[in-house]
Amino acid sequence: MEQNLPDGKKFVRNIAIKALVIFLVVNLIAAGLPTEKWLGKVSLYHYLFPGRWRFSWSEDPGAAYAVSTNNMDALFTSHEVSARPVPEDEFRIFFFGDSSIWGYLLEKEETLTAYINAANLLTPDGKTVRAYNLGYPTISLTKDLLLIERSLAYEPDLIVWGVTLEAFPTEKQIFTPLVEENEPEIRALIQSYDLELGVNDASFSAETLLNRTIIGQRRAIADLLRLQLYGVLWAATGIDQDIPETYPSLQVNYDPDDSYYDFSPPNLDRDQLALDVLQAGMELTGDIPVLFVNEPIYISSGENSAIRYNFYYPIWAYDDYRDIMANMSWPSNSYYLDLWDQIPPEHFTNTAIHVDPAGSHQLADLVIEKIQEIIGD
Amino acid sequence: MSLLQLAVFAAAGILIGAIKKPPPRIRLIVFFSALVIYWLQPASAIRYLEFWLPTLTIALVILVYAACFPDSIREHRNLADLGILAAVWLTVGLLRYLGVSLTSTTPPQFSIIALYSLGLLAAIAALTMLKAKRIPVLVLLVLILTIFLFLKNEHLAQLSSVWLRKLTGQDPALARSFELIWLGYSYTAFRLLHILFDKRKDRLPDMDLAEFASYVIFFPAFIAGPIDRVQNFTKQMRASPVIDAARFIAGMERLTLGIFKKFVLADSLALISLNAINAEQINNTLWGWIILYAYSFRILLDFSGYTDIAIGIGIFTGIQLPENFNRPYLKSNLTEFWNNWHMTLTQWFRAYFFNPLTRALRSAKVEIPLPLIIATGQVSTMVIIGLWHGISWSFVSWGAWHGIGLFIHNRWSTFLKNRQLNSNSAWLRAFGTIFTFQYVALGWVWFVLPSPELGWQFFQLLFGVV
Repeated sequence: MEQNLPDGKKFVRNIAIKALVIFLVVNLIAAGLPTEKWLGKVSLYHYLFPGRWRFSWSEDPGAAYAVSTNNMDALFTSHEVSARPVPEDEFRIFFFGDSSIWGYLLEKEETLTAYINAANLLTPDGKTVRAYNLGYPTISLTKDLLLIERSLAYEPDLIVWGVTLEAFPTEKQIFTPLVEENEPEIRALIQSYDLELGVNDASFSAETLLNRTIIGQRRAIADLLRLQLYGVLWAATGIDQDIPETYPSLQVNYDPDDSYYDFSPPNLDRDQLALDVLQAGMELTGDIPVLFVNEPIYISSGENSAIRYNFYYPIWAYDDYRDIMANMSWPSNSYYLDLWDQIPPEHFTNTAIHVDPAGSHQLADLVIEKIQEIIGD
Repeated sequence: MSLLQLAVFAAAGILIGAIKKPPPRIRLIVFFSALVIYWLQPASAIRYLEFWLPTLTIALVILVYAACFPDSIREHRNLADLGILAAVWLTVGLLRYLGVSLTSTTPPQFSIIALYSLGLLAAIAALTMLKAKRIPVLVLLVLILTIFLFLKNEHLAQLSSVWLRKLTGQDPALARSFELIWLGYSYTAFRLLHILFDKRKDRLPDMDLAEFASYVIFFPAFIAGPIDRVQNFTKQMRASPVIDAARFIAGMERLTLGIFKKFVLADSLALISLNAINAEQINNTLWGWIILYAYSFRILLDFSGYTDIAIGIGIFTGIQLPENFNRPYLKSNLTEFWNNWHMTLTQWFRAYFFNPLTRALRSAKVEIPLPLIIATGQVSTMVIIGLWHGISWSFVSWGAWHGIGLFIHNRWSTFLKNRQLNSNSAWLRAFGTIFTFQYVALGWVWFVLPSPELGWQFFQLLFGVV
């Protein structure tokens, strides 16, 4: 690097100034453009790697070959649901819900949708029934609504929405990363369906200029790149979740406590439940039939089981929730299937809503029965 | 090494390079390098190990110097250098009482450190007073190699961990071999062995303790080399002019290139590279090759990235470290590959193992056929290089793989030469490059996977047998 430099110090200073200016300009340009959103649309999935069977989500990316990202485009473009073209002879069922639909602690072949696909169902007009797992491992009806709205572009013929009481309290609706990081979409949904969500909370605030720069988005951008890189090992191994050999066992005995959030027995306060989000889901999907499935829960027979069904639910709250759901006025193209007690306790794994492969299979059989009934209508 | 640490190293390099006179510049290198080895040493479950391992590195440096230069150590300038090194470990230890720490956990009580310091002084005195000057050199050679064995062998590392836990009053049942991570020991050992070997051959230049310590623990090259020769390093240290714009830019170029290679490319490839876990999960030959290639490029970019970083910071300080990689994957045969991959390591082994061994075999009383001498020299050298990475059958397999490959290439070259065939045609070279890369990539299977059985299983996957 022997160069004839006119003035060494000046030369170095000029380089430093130019580097700083370029750095600032690039960041400001990035702040003015939807860089991270745009990056989410670029995907090697379906070209170099097959689409994922369920949304990319992980607590240990290095072991699961998946990353958690809040970029909705990236979630969908890496999912098999976005493969094009949509086969004409396919009857597409989209499943939404929390970690129990996603399949926490289940291999991808052991999830509800995988068992439904393994059943090789056909519609009366000969179409192949294909179930897509669009569950995401956080509990919030609003999060589900966000995903349902985005999924409509992928032409569902039937929507199955797995719900449980824990997804209903209004305070649980917006403070989940996927919702917080997709604020404009949530605000649009609130406006369109007049939802009672506390988006005026200071912590649910608009993006700052700094957040939109490359520096501000570095983590999100890195996650998007990692999502593409992990596509290699996803394709090579078929693994998308790190399932530990052992995990904390399910809690069986409880304190004599019948509290549930800020609700007071004997009835849940309807105003504190996001029933309007459920309603919005029905409106949003229009003519597409929706099957609401009240997910199975673990029913304990341990200490204080006369007060609580499980860690999540005191009996009074859960029973009232079931009453609310049973008595809801469902539109003609909506269906409700209450499977709350249909899976025996021995088939639950680490929490009161996660089932083992046998439990998942049993659940699939029950859902298949209802789907066949709907398809036959 | 984190980006923050690199920024500090670069700033320190520039500061050192800006000092006009060599003596204070060299002393600043020693001071900063000694601090760095405490800073970089990772945390261990064994109490105070983060303090003692760097302290023992410094002790080894001083002891080897005392053994090599028993008369010089008592000179004023060297006592001052000894004072600088002692000041570092005493200061790091005293930080305990200020509630701050350079090490990842709190250092031990100062009384223990003071006792240790007295013990070290006694050891130095004993070494310098011995009449038989060769004995300390031999003792230290054995000591360095023994420590190496204990660090690189899982069973011995486990035993050491048990012993250290007993010493510190911790539960020995919880001992694990990976608790004993002595950062930078491999490269420190190489440099010290080089010095001790050269001392035995009377090839050491006269040097003071600061120069000696700078060479052994020079902070840019402490973790991952390159391994310079002490003669070259000392010459540069004494001659280096003050940093100017050209040197600053040259250093920045290498540093930036190194950061890009290591932190962007290599770390990204690491996500999809072959490892012990995914080797058993992969279900398809094509993807098997892809993750093997990912590993092949990852290890090159990682290692050569670190070398670029070291060379870049070295340029700031005024020391041009030797190159370690020269497009090794573009070489057309395995011999060329090894002349361009981790060059300073292979030069070290050539000088201190391969050449002496083959010389001894050639001059043996019983005449040994030349091919057998070459085969013995190449296979044993490569197996020893393998064992340097860790004492396990996997590394033996990797070394043997390359040793056999080198021998086959040697015989092939001789075959072509004897028949006066052209080995330099473009087609032959292109084929050679592809073939060599494939051979090296396949060799990484033995290197990265923890057992030859798993390596063999992955080999079968690569060739569609399973």
